[in-house]
Amino acid sequence: MEPIHTHISRRYNAELEDIRSRVLHMGGLVEQQIDQAIDALVNADTALGESVIMNDTKVNEMEVTIDEECNQIIARRQPAAGDLRLIVAVIKTITDLERIGDEAERIARMAVHLAQEERPKNNYAEVQALGRHIRQMLHNALDAFARVDIEAALEVVREDLRADQEYGGIIRQMITFMMEDPRTISRALNVIWAARSLERIGDHARNICEYIIYLVKGRDVRHITIEQLEEDVLGRRVGRKPSQPE
Amino acid sequence: MMKLSNGVNIASKIQVRDLDFYYGQSLALKHINVDIATNMVTAIIGPSGCGKSTLLRTFNRMYQLYPDQRATGEILLDGDNILSPGADVYRLRARVGMVFQKPTPFPMSIYENISFGVRLYEKLRRSAMDERVEWALHQAALWDEVKDKLNQSGMKLSGGQQQRLCIARAIAVKPEVVLLDEPASALDPISTLKIEELIYELKQNYTIVIVTHNMQQAARVSDYTAFMYLGELVEFGDTNTIFTNPGNKQTEDYITGRYG
Repeated sequence: MEPIHTHISRRYNAELEDIRSRVLHMGGLVEQQIDQAIDALVNADTALGESVIMNDTKVNEMEVTIDEECNQIIARRQPAAGDLRLIVAVIKTITDLERIGDEAERIARMAVHLAQEERPKNNYAEVQALGRHIRQMLHNALDAFARVDIEAALEVVREDLRADQEYGGIIRQMITFMMEDPRTISRALNVIWAARSLERIGDHARNICEYIIYLVKGRDVRHITIEQLEEDVLGRRVGRKPSQPE
Repeated sequence: MMKLSNGVNIASKIQVRDLDFYYGQSLALKHINVDIATNMVTAIIGPSGCGKSTLLRTFNRMYQLYPDQRATGEILLDGDNILSPGADVYRLRARVGMVFQKPTPFPMSIYENISFGVRLYEKLRRSAMDERVEWALHQAALWDEVKDKLNQSGMKLSGGQQQRLCIARAIAVKPEVVLLDEPASALDPISTLKIEELIYELKQNYTIVIVTHNMQQAARVSDYTAFMYLGELVEFGDTNTIFTNPGNKQTEDYITGRYG
């Protein structure tokens, strides 16, 4: 995207800049929440898990504040074109960030609960691996938002497909364990719940990247295949499908 | 017919082809090509001096009142070139009505304000004229406010009412196109909304072209928007696209209030 020119109204400029930086701040907090939730789970750290649960209210407050600021800009400035798309993208992004926060809280609650139970030998290594992957996706999504970089956003969307496969792998593995030895069911279910939360965080990161593409291109790219998406975004023809008539 | 970027074809009432316009030696419109859709509202936006009013004034050859102003190229109204020397300007102005920025009621009664123009073009009996005046005032959403004082001077109405009277006067001769040059810029917000509501009603029967400085107004009332800058037509498209995802950087900078 072309660099954002300054508005004739400098105050408007400052307001939009403020919203962008608040979103990134909120994103930073959410990243930290995921990190700590996973650490709490893996290390059976009850105190850390409880602090994640506490901090979720901060995430929620940030969502409300940014939402309010966006409403005020709509009411007072009647944003158009790129400004309008920024506001719309921000309103949607913070909803996804808040939901990511909820998933982190869910993992933290599980961590607190599991800290009282017997530890599996591998210390939830599956969750740790998927968690690292998802955490990186969210980081890249926020980075793409900060730099308004659609190539980077597209890469996160592609990454989400790999994360979904990884999640599928964990599920299959857990099913195998449960069939082989019913005593693993309790542990396997816990792993599945945590993996499910992480997989959803990946979906939210993907959503955020779709809003970035909307922000830059003005095209709604939700609910289309990755091939269509790449064609739309990069103008690249992917695969051998015949071109659609306009 | 005109084809939009999204592939939709729409019927054109006016087609502007390679239009250049001169104020003396200076070129004020540069090679304008644009189509005005039938029974739709087309807004022309752009900074002061970009040529939007000049373009509007070519549609009924209003500029001809000034000897040093001239236009070259073609403006087709239902396919006939209104710029050709043989075109009947008198008839043209009946087909293409105009309303100006400042309300311009004649110093006569409300009734006379409307019947005056009609008499130039048609011979109507008294009862038919009464009907026409009432019809025009209804169309302009003014009837209920003035029906008991038709003999009162038009100058005594409020600004918003005067502007609606001017719209009624323009409509009374049954034009096909109505040109509005900043019709609400001198009005308060409520009167402005009434005029905008009226524009929406009128487009069922008329093709409307509106010049406005107020971008939100263009976004509210128009189906198509043309953005002009320094005498050129920079971008034309359906209003939804222009205001959410314009194709041109200059358009984007203008409608979002940025330095170009």
